[in-house]
Amino acid sequence: MATRQTQGLARLMRAPAIILLFIWMIVPLCMTLYYSFLNYNLLNPGMTSWAGWFNYQYFYSDPAFFEAIGNTLILVLGVLFITVVLGIAIAMLIDKPIFGQGIVRILVISPFFVMPPVAALIWKNMIMHPSYGVLADVARFLGVQPVDWFAQYPLFSIILIVAWQWLPFATLILLTSLQSLDTEQMEAAEMDGAPAYSRFLYLVLPHMARAITVVILIQTIFLLGIYAEILVTTNGGPGTASTNLTFLIYRAARLNFDIGGAAAGGIIAVILANIVAVFLMRAVGRNLD
Amino acid sequence: MARAVSRNTKIGWTIAAWAVALLIFFPILYTIITSLKSEQEAIAGFDLIPSFTLESYQTVQSQNNYWRPFTNSVILAVGSTLLALIVAIPAAWAMAFSPTKRTKDILMWMLSTKMMPAVAVLVPIYLIFLRTGLMDTRIGLTVLLMMINLPIVVWMLYTYFREIPGEILEAARMDGATLRDEILYVLTPMAIPGIASTLLLNIILAWNEAFWTIQLTTTNAAPLSAFIASFSSPQGLFWAKLSAASVMAIAPILVLGWFSQKQLVRGLTFGAVK
Amino acid sequence: MTITFRALLGATALCATAGLAGAQDSVTLTIATVNNGDMIRMQGLTSEFTAANPGIQVEWVTLEENILRERVTTDIATQGGQYDILTIGTYEVPIWAAQGWLVPLDDLGDDYDTDDLIPAVRDALSMDGKLYAAPFYAESAMVMYRTDLAEAAGVTIPEAPTWTDIMTAAQAMTDKSAEQYGICLRGKPGWGENMAFLTAMANSYGARWFDTDWNPQFDSPEWQATLTDYLTMMNEYGPPGASSNGFNENLSLFQQGKCGIWIDATVAASFVTDPEDSTVADKVGFAQFPNKEGVDNRGNWLWAWSLAIPASSDAQDAAKTFIAWATSRGYTELVAGKEGWRAAPPGTRASLYENADYQAEAPFAAMTLASINAANTQKASVQDIPYTGGQFVAIPEFQGIGTAVGQQFSAALAGQMSAEDALAAAQANTTREMTRAGYIK
Repeated sequence: MATRQTQGLARLMRAPAIILLFIWMIVPLCMTLYYSFLNYNLLNPGMTSWAGWFNYQYFYSDPAFFEAIGNTLILVLGVLFITVVLGIAIAMLIDKPIFGQGIVRILVISPFFVMPPVAALIWKNMIMHPSYGVLADVARFLGVQPVDWFAQYPLFSIILIVAWQWLPFATLILLTSLQSLDTEQMEAAEMDGAPAYSRFLYLVLPHMARAITVVILIQTIFLLGIYAEILVTTNGGPGTASTNLTFLIYRAARLNFDIGGAAAGGIIAVILANIVAVFLMRAVGRNLD
Repeated sequence: MARAVSRNTKIGWTIAAWAVALLIFFPILYTIITSLKSEQEAIAGFDLIPSFTLESYQTVQSQNNYWRPFTNSVILAVGSTLLALIVAIPAAWAMAFSPTKRTKDILMWMLSTKMMPAVAVLVPIYLIFLRTGLMDTRIGLTVLLMMINLPIVVWMLYTYFREIPGEILEAARMDGATLRDEILYVLTPMAIPGIASTLLLNIILAWNEAFWTIQLTTTNAAPLSAFIASFSSPQGLFWAKLSAASVMAIAPILVLGWFSQKQLVRGLTFGAVK
Repeated sequence: MTITFRALLGATALCATAGLAGAQDSVTLTIATVNNGDMIRMQGLTSEFTAANPGIQVEWVTLEENILRERVTTDIATQGGQYDILTIGTYEVPIWAAQGWLVPLDDLGDDYDTDDLIPAVRDALSMDGKLYAAPFYAESAMVMYRTDLAEAAGVTIPEAPTWTDIMTAAQAMTDKSAEQYGICLRGKPGWGENMAFLTAMANSYGARWFDTDWNPQFDSPEWQATLTDYLTMMNEYGPPGASSNGFNENLSLFQQGKCGIWIDATVAASFVTDPEDSTVADKVGFAQFPNKEGVDNRGNWLWAWSLAIPASSDAQDAAKTFIAWATSRGYTELVAGKEGWRAAPPGTRASLYENADYQAEAPFAAMTLASINAANTQKASVQDIPYTGGQFVAIPEFQGIGTAVGQQFSAALAGQMSAEDALAAAQANTTREMTRAGYIK
C-alpha cells in the first residue's frame, strides 16, 4: 500500500507540523545561543558586549550549580517514584469492583486539572502552612509541634506537591493498561494457586511495563522544567536547598535580568536534558516498540 | 468482572478506595470549603463546616472582573487546541499509516523541543512578540500555546491512529472505496474517540499554562493564570479570598474534566496499551 | 508553507479578533500595580477619576509584587510600551531615571503642590532636582509593641529604644506555652523581605554592605553582631517557622495577638490598630527603630510605592492627569471621606500630618512622620559607603545579590547552617556577583 503517491501525500501531511516545530525550536535556540555569548543585562542595555565563553564559565562555576543538578535529579526521580508506585497501587484499587466507582475516579483525577501555581498556593497556605495549615492543625491535635515544611524539608515538600499534581496522570495511564490485562490469564493463574504477589510480579507488572515507560517519559519532560511550584513556595531556599536547574536559570533571568547568563544556563540545561533523554531512551525506550 | 465477588470484600475495597480518593481530593475540597468562610473563620483552625458566605467571592470579583480572564482562558485553550489538531491530525495520520524509518526519531525530536526551559528563551520570544505586535494579543498566545502542546498532540494522535487496524482499510479498498470514502466513512469514525480525548487533554494543558500567559500579557489577552497572580500574597488576612480566587480559576476546567472523564481516559494511553 | 501558516493565522484570527475590535477615541491608560490594600482601594475609586475625566479609560493590571517587578522591568527595559503607569518603589526610581526610562513629573498641575511632599520621600524619588515618580504612600520602619504585655511583664520600651531594650522586653514578654512570642521579625528570603529588615538592622549596628571600593563587608564584626543577635532573638523569643514569615505573615501573627514586639514598615500601624481586623487594636504602642548603643543610626528605612510613567508610554498626558489625581491632597480627602482618616495613604504629604482629624484618628501619625523624617537614604551607614539607599543598595544588581544573601540568612534562621557559614557564603556570593558586574576591579 506504500505507493509512491501515498508516500508523497504522507510527506505533505507531515510537513506543516514538522516545519512549524522546527521553526519554533530553531529560532529561539539560535537567539539563545547568540545571547549566551554576550554580556547582556536587561538593566544595562547600553553595556552589551561580546563575552565569549564567560557566561558558561560563570554559570557552571556558580556555587549552587551542582547542588541544582542534584536537586533536579532528586525532584524528577522522587516524583517519578511516588507517582509510579502509588499510581500502580491506586490504579489496582480503583479497578476493583467498588461502590461509587465513577465518583472515586473523578476525585482521584481532580488534581490534574489544577494549574501549577494554584496547586502550590493551596498546598502552601491551606495544607502546609506552619500556623494555619491543616497539617499544623493535625499536629496540634496530636499534641506535637507543627512542622515548618518549607523550611525543614523544602525539597521533600516540593516533591510532595508535584507528585500530587502528577499522580492522577500516572494513575489513569496505569489504569487503562491494567484494564487491558487478559482476565482469563489471571484467572488461570489464580486457579493454579499462584499467590497474589507472584501474580502481580509475573503477570501484572510485565503487562504494565509499557505504561510505566510512558509515564516516566512524559513526566520527565515536564518535571525537568518545574519552577512555578518552587517560586511560589520556597523561592529555591532555604539557602539553595530547593533550587533546581530551571530555578537557577530563573534567578539569572528574572532576578538579575542577566540575559546572557540565563541563555548560557538554558543551553546547558538543554544539553543535560538531552543527555537524560538519550539515557532514558536507552533504558526504557525498547518498551515502546 | 466475570468473577463473583463477595459483598464483604467489595465493601472493604470500597472503603479503602474512598479513603484514598478523599485524601487525594482533600486539598481541593478544603479550598472550596475555605472559600465559603469569612476571613476570620478561615484562620480559626480546622473546620469542615463553613458559614457559606459568598463574601470572598464578591470581594474577589469586585477587585478583578472575572469574566474577561475567563473568556480569554476559554479562547486560548480551545483556540490553541483546535489549531494544534488542524496541524497534528494530518501529521499523525501520515506517521501512523505511512511510517518511515525515521518516524520514531521524529516523534522523539518533537518531544525533545519541550526540554528547553521556558524562562531561558523568554527574552528572545518576548522581543519577537514585541517587534511583531503580538504582545498581549490572543492570536500571539494562541499560536504560542499551540506550539507548546503540538508535540504532545502529535504523539497522542499517532499512538491512537496506530491502533486502527490496516486490514480494515484494505477491506474497504477491496469494496471499491476511494481514498475520500476511506477517510470519511472508515477512519474518521474510528479516530473520533482518540481525537476527542486529545482535544480534552490539550485544553487542560493549555488552560493550566502559567508562564507565558503571565509574561506575554497585560490586559487584553490575560487569562485566569494572570488573574490568580494578583491574589497570591496580598496584605493581611487573605486565606478565604485566595481560596475563592483559586476556585474561580480552576472550577471551569475541573467541571469539564469531571464531565468528560470517560472520554478523556479512553484516549489517554499514549500507546501504553497494546 | 507560508500559505498554510497564513491560513492558520487567519483561522485563529477569526476567533481572536473579537477583543481587538471596538477601538475607542478616548485614551486608555494601562496601570500596573501591586496587590496591596491601598492600591486595591485606589482601584476601587477609579470611577471617581473617570467621572471627572470622561476622555480617559483606565485598565488595571494588579499583580503580586515579585511578578509585577518582573513584568514592568522587562517592559521598560525593552521599551515595550505595555503600560502607561507603573507602580514602583524607591529602589527602582533612581536607577531607571538614570537610564532615561522614566518621564520627569515636573508639571503635575498648579494645584498639585509638590512642596507639600515630605522632603525625605521627595528626595528619594528625584534625580537632579526633578521628580520622576509621585509617591502614593511611603513608609519607614518602627517598633510596634503590645502595651498590655509590656505592662504585665513589667518592662517599658522607650520612644527611642536600643537593641538591648528590645531584647530585654522580648525576653520578658515571651511565653511559648501560650503561643506568645516576644518578637516577630521578617525571615522570608528576598531583598525586599528579610534583607530589607536585616539591612536596616545592620545599619543601626554600624555595619555597611560595601566599603568604598565595593568590597562586600559580611566578614566585618558589625555584620556578625547583627546576624548573631537577630538569630538569638528569633530562636529564643520568635515564633516557629519564622524563616517563611514576611510582612504579611507577621502582620497576621501580630493582629492575632501572638507577637509582643514587631519591627516593620510603618504602614503596618494602620492595620494593627484597625479594630475590624486586629484583636489587639487598642493595645499597640509605637517606638522608633532601635539602634545599638553608641551607634547614631536608626536603620534609615525608607520606601515609597510610587507612580511613574515609562518613556515608552503613548498616553503620557493622560497618565500625568491620573498620577496628579491619585497622589493629590484631594485623593487623601476622598479616601478619608469614604473610609475615615485612618485609611488615608500615609507618609507622603506634610499636610496630612498637620491635619487635626488625622492626628486624632491615627495614634501612630507622629511616630510615622518622625521615622520617615529620620531616614537618611543618601548615607545609610555610619561608615563611608559608595552607594545610596536605606534598607537596600540602589544598584541594579541588588535584587539578585540581596535575594541570594537573604536565602543564606534565611537558611541560618531555619537552622540549616550556622551564622558564620551564612556570612561566609554571603561574602563569597556577593564578591562573585560584584566582580562579574564590574564593580570590583
